[in-house]
Amino acid sequence: MTEPIVIEGRAAALRIENLDTDQIMPKQFLRGIDKTGLAEGLLYDLRFDAQGKARPGFVLNRATHAAASILIGGANFGCGSSREHAVWGLQQFGIRAIVAPSFAEIFYSNAMTNRLLLVALPRESIAKLMDDADDPSGNTVRIDITAQALRSRSVQARFELMPRHRRMFLEGLDNIGLSLTYRDQIDAFAQGHWARQPWLRDVAALTKRRL
Amino acid sequence: MTSRTLYRKLVDSHTVATLDEENVLLFCDLHLMNEYTSPQAFAGLYEQGRGVPMPSQNVAVVSHIIPTHPGKMRVIADGASALQASNLKKNCGHFGIPLFDTNNALQGIEHVVTPEHGMIRPGMVVICGDSHTTTYGALGALGFGIGTTEVEHVLATQTLTYRVARDMRIRIDGTLPLGTTAKDMVLAVIGRIGAQGARGHVVEFCGSAVDALSIEARFTLCNMTVEAGSRGALVAPDQKAIDYVLARAPDIANRHRDAALAAWKELRSDESARFDVEHVFDASEVAPQVTWGTSPDQVVAVDGIIPLLHDLQDGPVRSSADRALLYTKLQAGTAIEGTPVQHVFIGSCTNGRIEDLRAAAGIVRGRHVAVGVRAMVVPGSGAVKAAAEAEGLDQVFLSAGFEWRNAGCSMCLAMNDDVLGDGVRCASTTNRNFEGRQGRGAITHLMSPAMAAAAAVTGRITDVRRLEALP
Repeated sequence: MTEPIVIEGRAAALRIENLDTDQIMPKQFLRGIDKTGLAEGLLYDLRFDAQGKARPGFVLNRATHAAASILIGGANFGCGSSREHAVWGLQQFGIRAIVAPSFAEIFYSNAMTNRLLLVALPRESIAKLMDDADDPSGNTVRIDITAQALRSRSVQARFELMPRHRRMFLEGLDNIGLSLTYRDQIDAFAQGHWARQPWLRDVAALTKRRL
Repeated sequence: MTSRTLYRKLVDSHTVATLDEENVLLFCDLHLMNEYTSPQAFAGLYEQGRGVPMPSQNVAVVSHIIPTHPGKMRVIADGASALQASNLKKNCGHFGIPLFDTNNALQGIEHVVTPEHGMIRPGMVVICGDSHTTTYGALGALGFGIGTTEVEHVLATQTLTYRVARDMRIRIDGTLPLGTTAKDMVLAVIGRIGAQGARGHVVEFCGSAVDALSIEARFTLCNMTVEAGSRGALVAPDQKAIDYVLARAPDIANRHRDAALAAWKELRSDESARFDVEHVFDASEVAPQVTWGTSPDQVVAVDGIIPLLHDLQDGPVRSSADRALLYTKLQAGTAIEGTPVQHVFIGSCTNGRIEDLRAAAGIVRGRHVAVGVRAMVVPGSGAVKAAAEAEGLDQVFLSAGFEWRNAGCSMCLAMNDDVLGDGVRCASTTNRNFEGRQGRGAITHLMSPAMAAAAAVTGRITDVRRLEALP
């Protein structure tokens, strides 16, 4: 697997505040038991009209922006439902990074664990990035994860990344595997926890049995 | 030890290991699952050959896809949804995880089913692949939503890699006026602090107005706090919370009562605990609230007017309002009251409990659903439905022309077959008025159960305070 240390691609601006995950991946695409087939559902109501015809005015439907791999979004991007399908759909559509003033918490966590890079920058930078993104002759954005730096035609900025997330991108960390190395500590913790508060043990199973 | 907030105490008491400056390995007492955010997590376990070491700390409920048509047997007509349900059953069977299956009489919305049977207890960490897990703060349990990768993580380890949030306190003193509820209170809070107002924070609610709320009302309050972007919501457990839990958890009442009471006494913020952000509200100023836009913070008192764009802060707030009004087909600067509705939905994890149904029935009794309105009640669980029927509430609704349906998430997110058509305007007791949430092009107005009932019987958004209770 090649690790994405630099993400470089064309950008598209989505000028929507509080873009919720219901809009990113509508309900009718949540009926699967695997992660496939979600590219079709991405931003469905924005991309397609009620008859299923592509809306020509929507940025990702324009020939100039159809190949965008970086989205420039509004604040609180990804708010609402916890559905990770939103992240899987973005990736299956070809999106590798999203740059916005802020991200909703669950979405942030979902994206980073899937290595969809989220970059938070001040509103002024976002406004310039959106303008850059609109112009197909100069809408390439380069994001260097190692250096934590982003560059577009008119923006050069550094961004924050938690050390843990940085390692996820750079080293392809298996977070579950890492936590499993704490198995003995978890077991010891649980024994002590339940010795102090025995009413917290097996609650689900005991309740289900009682009912 | 330095003074700590309730939130910090809950984090500390569940920290298995400190991973770095921001993250801890957090032990999760109870993990709830549903049928649509868990399948890929189970698939991940199979793929990696990983097990579930503590299955009895996990529980699953078929919530979101379940049809709510009246009738004894529930048959999921949609093939893909039926597969999600059978797949959940298979996975729970394989790993020994308790399940409330499709035709279990107690089945319902996961956030209604688990507390009503005593599974949520003060001092717990409760997580679920569903954002409205913040509900459990009402009992002094730290609840929050997670994604599917984290569902897999908690199944495999009973822990999460958890980024510790900041502390926010919201004090609400004063008395809620007649005709207003916890729903109005929380909508007013979200309206003021905004949909991003609590992002990165866990909110602790306090104050005399919060103390005065019933536990079910506190569920509503904590449930909706996630719509301000919060990572959790808490109310320090008081006698009401203790009574609620003891009445539903015979194992504690019979065997651990004294020890539990002693432990729960510690579940409060220390006097000198510091909060990163504090807000103060006066409950006596709260009027019945109605949303006018496509974000829960686009809300106004029912006797107020939809804000004029030039009165809003220039920039994203104004552009969002402009965009929202285009979708909701309303005019800035006009009254929200009187707006005709074609649909009324009473239910959801926000407002699908017995007190909610009583409040709605109180307005409906002696009246009839207006011509041209389709109104439905979807109880939050089988137990809520049975309790309502025992009180005769089903008859109140049915004789007024409401549909009385089976339990489930239903039209809150419209993942089952309860979906609104394009342009249909709905008075709804749910939690999200997002574009397309209840159906493509459908327009959602969030409000309390009593307000939704008032809309049903008048056919328009109506100030419930104008409607007197009929005998």
